[in-house]
Amino acid sequence: MSTTGAPTTPAAAMHEAAPARPVWHVALVRPETMTLVLLIVAIIVASYLSPYFLDIGYILRSFTLSAEFALVALVLTMVIIAGEIDLSPASNMALSACLFAWAQASGIPMPIAIAIGLLAGLAMGALNAFMVIALQLPSIIVTIGTLTLYRGLAQIIAGDKSIRVPDWFIGIDKVMVLGIPVPVVIFIVAALVLGLILAGTIFGRQIYQIGTNEVAARYAGIRTRRIKLTLFLLIGLVSAVAGMMTASRLGSVRYDLGLGGELQMVLMAMLGGTYIFGGRGTILGTFLAAWLLVVVSTGMTVANLLPAIQLTVLGVLLIVAIIATNFIYSRTQR
Amino acid sequence: MNIVRSILVRRETGIAVMIVLLCLAVGLYKPQFLTLNQLRVILLLVPLIMIVAMGQMLVLVARHVDLSVGSMLGLSAMLAGMMFRDMPYIPWPVGFVVAIGAGALLGLLNGALVTVFKLPAIIVTLGTLNLYRGLTFIVSDARQVDRQFVPSALKSMSQTSPIFGIPWIIFMALGIVLLAWWFTRHTIVGRQIFALGSNPSAAELRGVKVNQITLLVFTISGALSGLAGIMYASRWGFVNPSNTGAGFEFQVIAAVVIGGVSINGGVGTVPGVMLGVLLLGCVAAALPLLGIPGTAQGAIYGAIILVALLIDRSVRQQGIASLKMVRA
Amino acid sequence: MLKKSLIALATGLALSTAAFAQDKIDIVFIGKNTGNPYFDSLTKGFVEACEKIACNFEFVAPATAEATSQIPFIEAQIQRGVDVIAISPNSPDALNQVFDAARAKGIIVMTVNGDITGNESHRDLTILPTDFTKVGADQVEMVGSLIGYDGEIAILSATTEAPDQNFWIKGMSEAIKDPKYAKMKLVATVYGDDQPEKSTTEMEALLSNYPDLKGVIAPTTVGVAAAAQVVQSRGIADKVKVTGLGLPSEMRDFVKDGTVEAFQLWSPYNEGWLAAHLAVDLKAGKAKNEVGSTFEVPNLGTITINEGNSINTQSSLTTFNAENIDQFDF
Repeated sequence: MSTTGAPTTPAAAMHEAAPARPVWHVALVRPETMTLVLLIVAIIVASYLSPYFLDIGYILRSFTLSAEFALVALVLTMVIIAGEIDLSPASNMALSACLFAWAQASGIPMPIAIAIGLLAGLAMGALNAFMVIALQLPSIIVTIGTLTLYRGLAQIIAGDKSIRVPDWFIGIDKVMVLGIPVPVVIFIVAALVLGLILAGTIFGRQIYQIGTNEVAARYAGIRTRRIKLTLFLLIGLVSAVAGMMTASRLGSVRYDLGLGGELQMVLMAMLGGTYIFGGRGTILGTFLAAWLLVVVSTGMTVANLLPAIQLTVLGVLLIVAIIATNFIYSRTQR
Repeated sequence: MNIVRSILVRRETGIAVMIVLLCLAVGLYKPQFLTLNQLRVILLLVPLIMIVAMGQMLVLVARHVDLSVGSMLGLSAMLAGMMFRDMPYIPWPVGFVVAIGAGALLGLLNGALVTVFKLPAIIVTLGTLNLYRGLTFIVSDARQVDRQFVPSALKSMSQTSPIFGIPWIIFMALGIVLLAWWFTRHTIVGRQIFALGSNPSAAELRGVKVNQITLLVFTISGALSGLAGIMYASRWGFVNPSNTGAGFEFQVIAAVVIGGVSINGGVGTVPGVMLGVLLLGCVAAALPLLGIPGTAQGAIYGAIILVALLIDRSVRQQGIASLKMVRA
Repeated sequence: MLKKSLIALATGLALSTAAFAQDKIDIVFIGKNTGNPYFDSLTKGFVEACEKIACNFEFVAPATAEATSQIPFIEAQIQRGVDVIAISPNSPDALNQVFDAARAKGIIVMTVNGDITGNESHRDLTILPTDFTKVGADQVEMVGSLIGYDGEIAILSATTEAPDQNFWIKGMSEAIKDPKYAKMKLVATVYGDDQPEKSTTEMEALLSNYPDLKGVIAPTTVGVAAAAQVVQSRGIADKVKVTGLGLPSEMRDFVKDGTVEAFQLWSPYNEGWLAAHLAVDLKAGKAKNEVGSTFEVPNLGTITINEGNSINTQSSLTTFNAENIDQFDF
């Protein structure tokens, strides 16, 4: 895990202004370190709460239940770093999965049905991008609107019933690679690829620059609109993939697939130290935060705690994470 | 200033015209839509949204957003309901004090998190949306307050009053609207909210106490959600930890945005929001009458939000480009 | 092959532990969602049964009733190694996979209060509150007696695809063909999605669209309370009769002030009571999960396992009215 996606670019000027911070300081005072510490604490607490918790097979199985959201959260991290936000992916998952399921149920061959689902995801990403980039509307409200709209459309298509998918399509979470369920493998591979892109390519650097100062980035010759469009299309496409992974895991599709998932996705990005105003954050952070969330909710569920306590803990976690992130950034990168 | 005002006036006329056209169109197809009975249905549908929308409007004008209104409504309603159930010797009007007080405290906490830690309201209230809902489950031990425990005097407020038999809660909503109108038009603090929302740094330089105003708008939003909470108990006769107020934030934000409140702050009028709420009420009452299944409702709400955004943009083309996210 | 032998091993282990140690068995009941008053009474049945017989009981439920919200809870129970999972499923098919996983570990999966219609092979048995084939006819008779067997009636249901609701509605439209109900006409079926707000607007729309309406059947606890409230608020209780399936705790006020004369339901308490007894008997080998076999439950008498491994807690609906409603504490 050497994804050193540190947003060093904005801080480059610091080298002249202030003496370099000691290495331990750079390594320790980072949001990802906070996430890692929380993760370790959570594992210890969960094992203490229930003797049934500490079982790697069970934790992996539980992770498959959140793997789809975690996958989207990786891309969402990049969107937030670029200074935008997307609250519609969970609804996108539902609508693309409904379209896919509806298509294959009405006799369209499977490959074409899958293509329809993926294209729908792209189209939804494109609509968000159009409203945000071409019409200059704030992404937060646009995607609150499309969040309602996409799920509403899914409800019109599927009604209140669930649509079955063929038997061979069911059970992606039961397929193992080296003893790890496929959705988890997909998540890990996606984290590696996106982490490398964000930390190690010019494209990745440019995302940070847009989020730090969009006007400056534009003057520096960065095609900000094109990059944002790419990100919105990517999150649309990945949401569609996540929707179909969910369909395969559940064996059927209903309009309420992934309901409320946007909160979990935002939570993963925030807990991983992504800065809500853009310009800072890493894939490693979101990767760790996804595991943290799974450990927290699984630990509480297997201990038979009231789900109300889970809601409360999630809400507190979100607020604490963002306070801590703000604090750490204000200390280290003035 | 004159130009802006005339545009705003047009905006409200626009919504009013839309309401009239919608009612006429539905009325042509279903004449019973244009009866006194139907007016009663619509007016009974909107008071809760109307009251919460007035608070949300102030928050949006101050360049923030409050997503936790539904959970604040639920928690304050639950506290009042539990008081009715477990302490029946306390006179029931105290329930108003409890609910409004609880709501105000919750709103104040939102405001404090936003001002003290300089956090974006959208994330803070997304967090408290869950936190307050979770607390509702915890304080109530996940149990509903049943109908028999809600005082009948409170329930009858949603059914009748001495004045032409028009239910009290309609008058209460009207009272809050008038109060909000007076507050935004004729008080210094009310005007300062607009100054703050249009240009925070300029407002600060001109002596507007930004932090206090921010705390105030969130507290008002919370208190009004609390008032709506006790009115929920009155209207529906029960308080449920999971249903009461759930998803309310979307309806409220949709109504406020339709009413012409800019999400970029500084712009919005009480009559506009009132009409926005009424328009949503008309739509909600017309759908079942026309036999349109409830499944279409979500898509219609979402489309309405997006259309309102587009109208908002075409009306105020400039000034938006510089603002992307709701920044603190 | 390996999988099969593993399953055999697991079930064998489960059986042998049950046979050797007369330990208490672990039963967990997973409700649709927390804060749902219906399940308070059902849970009480389990709790009181487990105070008398050899079982430990726990109740869990997700915060929301969407299709997939129960999955993590079932996974957690598998991990905890409980003996019996009783569940009121939120989805007729989204739980199939995880039910299979539970049964592969030797856990008995019983659906309580509602079945996974069309996917019955993924659970062991179902405990239904009453004979669902009679609900439609009973409800039509109920509304008929209230309106003097003459006039227009309508149905206010939950969601359009709720399997039980649709089954009962079908029963109602069959029953109404009886010559006894010749003067009654079913004019509309509307859906309030089990939300008070939507049920209310749908009920108001019914009254506007059908001014001659005489009776409304709402076979859902949320719907019947909302319908009663509309009638109460408009003051037309003598003109429009509301009945349906309701919880006494939610309907008591409406019955006392005359808004609703009578409504029906079953006993959720007995469902829990029966489920707990059956679970213990099955694990102890005293009862067999086979169609046609019978077993004894205290207070309820002899219970038979019907076609499709389904069990009815009571044979017909209980009617609640002003005389008897105070005898029920749920």
